[in-house]
Amino acid sequence: MTIKEVEQQIVEEFSIFTDWMDKYEYLIELGKSLPIIKESEKLEGNLIKGCQSRVWLNAEFKDGLIHFTADSDAIITKGIISLLVRVFSGRAPKEIIDADLNFLNEIGLQENLSPTRANGLLSMIKQIKIYAMAYSA
Amino acid sequence: MNKISDIETIRSLFPALEQTVNSRKLVYLDNGATAQKPKQVIDMVNLMNSGVNGNIHRAVHELSSKTTELYEESREVTRKFMNAAQREEIIFTSGTTASINLVAVCYGGKHLKKGDSVLISEAEHHSNIVPWQMICQSKEANLRVIPVDENGHWRMDMLDNLLDSSVKIVSVSHISNVLGLINPVEELIFKAHAKGIPVLIDGAQSIVHIETDVRKLDCDFYVFSGHKLYGPTGTGVLYGKREILDSMPPWMGGGDMVDTVTLEKTTYAPLPLKFEAGTPNFIGAAAMAEAIRFVESIDRKLLDKMEQSIVDYMTEELLKIDGLRLYGRGDSRISLFSFTVNGAHPSDLAMIMDKMGVALRSGQMCAEPLMRRFGVEAMLRASFAAYNTIEEAEYFIASLKRAIKMLS
Repeated sequence: MTIKEVEQQIVEEFSIFTDWMDKYEYLIELGKSLPIIKESEKLEGNLIKGCQSRVWLNAEFKDGLIHFTADSDAIITKGIISLLVRVFSGRAPKEIIDADLNFLNEIGLQENLSPTRANGLLSMIKQIKIYAMAYSA
Repeated sequence: MNKISDIETIRSLFPALEQTVNSRKLVYLDNGATAQKPKQVIDMVNLMNSGVNGNIHRAVHELSSKTTELYEESREVTRKFMNAAQREEIIFTSGTTASINLVAVCYGGKHLKKGDSVLISEAEHHSNIVPWQMICQSKEANLRVIPVDENGHWRMDMLDNLLDSSVKIVSVSHISNVLGLINPVEELIFKAHAKGIPVLIDGAQSIVHIETDVRKLDCDFYVFSGHKLYGPTGTGVLYGKREILDSMPPWMGGGDMVDTVTLEKTTYAPLPLKFEAGTPNFIGAAAMAEAIRFVESIDRKLLDKMEQSIVDYMTEELLKIDGLRLYGRGDSRISLFSFTVNGAHPSDLAMIMDKMGVALRSGQMCAEPLMRRFGVEAMLRASFAAYNTIEEAEYFIASLKRAIKMLS
């Protein structure tokens, strides 16, 4: 599946939710089920600091694909992270660089990426793109 | 004129409270960050922006004299509100942060020498830490800190040791924006003065919740922001005793703060204009006077009674919740509550409760050292204002319980 197709799949999954509580409950569930980053990789260098919550992101490059693991101390943030990992992990750098992430808007989570949220998500996406650029060089 | 003695009348003055957020009725409990504005404030801003607008202190035309009058009237309203002795002691700034920076630069800059100290507390907002760190760094002076105990109270037993002759100024909050405790500033001021040390009181939270009398406090500086006191953003006050303000050099140079200017030398205007360089936020200042008049129009007994019932209700209900830790414990407090809940991240709680229509603050609260003191990364805060009701407190508690349940 391409990034676009995975994104479309997520949009369809979210379309069944009629209210916010359902959506958040689903994100909480996703957050709980996200395989957490290894303690040994929760390094200062992998930490993205936000005022609201902290996010860890680790990247490994294998056979031309980037594999991401991530974690957060806030569970809803972690739920959103799990969506991002699902979209981005195991992809070629170029595909990551080209992704526009419109799906977050479609499922109504765009506001969580606003700089005012300071939850580390926006920086995390930037970091993912930076990894992709670095590995594509 | 009869004072307002019921909360419905207060609420009716605030259009912002009518709105729905995420299709729920707004319950605004982030007043510690900024308060909503009553009709009088909004009307004054509109009136001035739609016509009563001319730059102050510099022209003879009618509009300029009207705005100058409103601006200077606001100084008088503010003076009376805090019971300052003279209008010259009221300096308009852009807010608490600007006021503290002004004192740090002008007073600290003049008096701090290598090896001197500035004394603050562990429970300060960043705006009462960083300006002092900056001036201390440039003067090679030290920043000293009064620690807080487990309940959030200043360690007054350590004060005598901390207040030695190296301390040139003390700068502390009357009420911390995290803990909500009313600090024993009278005792601190008394002890500092006994050693000839001036004291700045950060009144950003206290001006909204308790009656302020700077002469009774006998503090040397008192600072607050207009926007937390139902006034416009970008307004603030620096109160300073006249002789200290007179002895300080000006901060910013520009128009309005000068007496005569030649290309070789400038003499400065007398107080208060010495510290008000450039075109000030005169619309803001005039509207802030309306905010103060609004506060004064409410029966103080109503405010005190509401404050106490919300404190009693919230303390009792919060402490009933499993795994909840309330920071700032004690009887002498205001209706501002910061806490954490085991297993539920403050940002998750705030996000879920936002969807329930409850506006809260989560995060480090601009007080990282205090977060570290209590060993947490973040807290959740509910802070009340004059327009908040017991019903809203009840809704808050019910929403909190539901949010905790979702996360557990």
